[in-house]
Amino acid sequence: MSPESLYERLEPLLPRVRKPVQYVGGERNATVTPWEDAEVHWALCYPDAYEVGLPNQGLMILYEVLNERADALAERTYAVWPDLAALMREHGVPQFTVDAHRPVAAFDVLGVSFATELGYTNLLEVLDLAGVPLHAADRTIEHPLVLAGGHAAFNPEPIADFVDIVALGDGEEVVGEITDVVKAAKAEGLGRQETLERLAGVPGVYVPGLYEVTYGDDGAIAAVRPTSDAAPERVHKRTTSDLDDWPYPKQPLVPMAETVHERMSVEIFRGCTRGCRFCQAGMITRPVRERSKRGVSEMVEQGLEASGYSEVGLLSLSSADHSEIGDIAKGLADRYEGTGTGLSLPSTRVDAFNVDLAEELTRSGRRSGLTFAPEGGSERLRRVINKMVSEEELIRTVSTAYEHGWRQVKLYFMCGLPTETDEDVLQIATMAHEVVRAGRKAAGRGDVRATVSIGAFVPKPHTPFQWAAQTSPEVVDSRLRQLREAINSDRSLGRNVGLRYHDGQPSLIEGLLSRGDRRVGSVIEAVWRDGGHFDGWSEYFSYERWETAAARELPRQGVDLAWFTTRERDGDEILPWDHLDSGLDRGWLWDDWQDALDSREQDDCRWTPCFDCGVCPQMGTEIQMGPTAGAMVDGGRMLPLTPVENRTSTPVHNPALAP
Amino acid sequence: MSRQGTAAHPSAPTVAKVRMRFAKRGRARFSSHRDVARAMEWALRRAGVPVSLSHGFSPHPRLSWLGAAPTGAASEAEFVEIGLTVDLDPAVVAREVDAVLPEGLSVIDVVRAGPGALADRIDASVWRIAMPGVDPQQLAEAVAALEATEVVEVERMTKNGPRTLDVRAALVDLTVEGVNAVTDTPGECHPNDGRAGDDAPGDGPRPAGDDTGDATGEVSDRRARAQRAGCGTLTAVVRHTTPAVRPDDVVSALRSVAGLEPPVPVTATRMEQGRLGGSGELLDPLEADRATTGRETVPARHAGEDRPD
Repeated sequence: MSPESLYERLEPLLPRVRKPVQYVGGERNATVTPWEDAEVHWALCYPDAYEVGLPNQGLMILYEVLNERADALAERTYAVWPDLAALMREHGVPQFTVDAHRPVAAFDVLGVSFATELGYTNLLEVLDLAGVPLHAADRTIEHPLVLAGGHAAFNPEPIADFVDIVALGDGEEVVGEITDVVKAAKAEGLGRQETLERLAGVPGVYVPGLYEVTYGDDGAIAAVRPTSDAAPERVHKRTTSDLDDWPYPKQPLVPMAETVHERMSVEIFRGCTRGCRFCQAGMITRPVRERSKRGVSEMVEQGLEASGYSEVGLLSLSSADHSEIGDIAKGLADRYEGTGTGLSLPSTRVDAFNVDLAEELTRSGRRSGLTFAPEGGSERLRRVINKMVSEEELIRTVSTAYEHGWRQVKLYFMCGLPTETDEDVLQIATMAHEVVRAGRKAAGRGDVRATVSIGAFVPKPHTPFQWAAQTSPEVVDSRLRQLREAINSDRSLGRNVGLRYHDGQPSLIEGLLSRGDRRVGSVIEAVWRDGGHFDGWSEYFSYERWETAAARELPRQGVDLAWFTTRERDGDEILPWDHLDSGLDRGWLWDDWQDALDSREQDDCRWTPCFDCGVCPQMGTEIQMGPTAGAMVDGGRMLPLTPVENRTSTPVHNPALAP
Repeated sequence: MSRQGTAAHPSAPTVAKVRMRFAKRGRARFSSHRDVARAMEWALRRAGVPVSLSHGFSPHPRLSWLGAAPTGAASEAEFVEIGLTVDLDPAVVAREVDAVLPEGLSVIDVVRAGPGALADRIDASVWRIAMPGVDPQQLAEAVAALEATEVVEVERMTKNGPRTLDVRAALVDLTVEGVNAVTDTPGECHPNDGRAGDDAPGDGPRPAGDDTGDATGEVSDRRARAQRAGCGTLTAVVRHTTPAVRPDDVVSALRSVAGLEPPVPVTATRMEQGRLGGSGELLDPLEADRATTGRETVPARHAGEDRPD
């Protein structure tokens, strides 16, 4: 039976909350399917505020993929701010979707995408507002299956008690297979346990409830064992092999409410082979799969038509590394010149090529800041993290940028990296001063600016640093204090350097949640019960609350906050995520960790021979890169697209409005 | 090479301007002016309307906005002036933009801009304020009390802190439906107030009758009680002052002089904007443009009529 729309009951509450428009839905390109037309109903949740969650690419892709199926419907739900949550509790209005304002509890699957571990308390808030039991063990077949996905789900153990299933890796294909299983299970009238056991047979699906974790006297995991024949010993991640087969989002959602990214985003490749050792995204999304030049171009064209956005973002983990990025950038810049369409390329490459690209993309305007990410302050530290940039290279690159009209350069760093000393961090100040000096010379003026943005490093699962000790907040904060003093020690240079940093405390909690095991679940629940949520927002995050909850919940389980965070792990310790396979060979990760400690670099396998990280053979995949097959391009030019005619200021051609 | 301050390839110049009247209905009433402005800019681009762009390094579309209805209020009379790089038939612009506007926004009229500033032709608004659960007779008494008072100051939170404004001074005329006028059915909320039929969430490709089936008996008790008590509807002609007196301020004024407490949030809709005529009526601000440019206009669209999909 079709569940009631909650809008009638929600509407009277909206005049009483901040930014009510975020709760009303009605986005351009949103889909509302009659309930009865679908056999499997998905509620897709981004466990953060609408303004952050709406632009999320992963959710948008799965929303479209599912809604294109004849037998499924997908709606979206986001975390509601405390002002509305309080009114909803007072008036008995449950967690709703924004598409048709249906109650989340009525759906078959509640899929939650975790880009960061700091969304875990919001998961509990969403479940509670939805009226769904927090613990998977307490749910019945009447409740939705709670599914976790996204990068953080590569170690879902801290939320293992709260979720029913976890999808590892790319979601495009697995959501369809889960739909098939749920549909069959409903048709056959299977119970909850049987349904979960059947889902455990879907490649890439992990059912935490079908595994038992035991612990040794030292606090470490003794064993992780399946408790059902249906559950595999290890679960392997899914990999979508050809991005050109998945040109999503085709119809980007265009909200009425203001959001953090208001642009047409196109993922130009997935995966990364740079091998930065701190980067979980780069490790777990291997191998590199490039979208073709033609595929990128068509997505941009169709996306601009469907959305009307005036900015295009060419997204990936290191966009300037696309093997045909030069052609792509020039093709798009030519095509959209004079149409008020901005092009942007988030990239961290520190070289002159990057500046050329940025110049191409901004030739018709919008030349703000250029961002480079050396990540480590000293050359030694950059070898440890495998981010190979020499100081001369950086100075040369930023000089080029200032010469070419940029006035601001942003430099990204991390603090608290393995083997780091105070001296490594202080070298950031030296580098920033050098950048300003070189910039003044190159620009021929004094008002150039450099912004240093620095965050605390959090060791992540499935990276070579998964064994590393996290640096304590006290040490991080002390180094950041010293850095600030060092930058300001030369007033004439220091006044052109901006320093942006955050305290180390939230990072320690992120560390607990990143590398935690099932015992951390009780801490998350205690924090939520104490009122904790929106932990990614500094105005809501409370370190004291987490510290108190950890001190109360962990010692009786034989561990503590430090055990999970600032403790270095041995090679033979069973890590909580060892039974979840990201494709990387554990032995290779360990060797890379040892190389890091010896300050030895590792090459980028996109350009050099394979170094056997394990992904390609195990996943049956390979690196995919251009050039696009000759037949698909027209005389080397991008596409069958004509440049926008007569510069009429619009990127979309409407024959009805032709002059 | 491009340098800051001079775009290498400036977009085409403005050769014509059109003025658009549009509506903000249903759930779109919760959007702010900034939300509406962004939505309109993107809709114009989706429709392929050649809007002229400002020069410089961050080109933005040349749209001029006139006093927007506040967040939470619906409107049948919002206005924007749009610069074009190509002279286009206003009726075609109206049709093409309306087809791609988000749910809740609808084009009502587009005219070629004639001489004179649009802002000079607008100095007042007609607001229709529906108050579910307020007895019309009680509302009429409160209105009489308000009209009998010379100065009614209310406080409103602004970005610069609390601000006091005199509501009474801005009020030109107040009419309670079903009490002062004989044509209205007393005691029923106007179907277009708050939740316009065309823009109810969850509609779209749903079976006919599904909506009503969901709604009956499922509305909250409080709302049902409010509806049983009837609905007072107030039409207010309000002069534009600085700061503007909003529908909420009128309600605050009624509370302050007569203790009127609506049990559920009221819903306000701006019905007209224009120059105040001699006998308290509003003159259509686009009339002068029609007269000078001599073009026909598209027929005004009515609430309840959705965009042609």
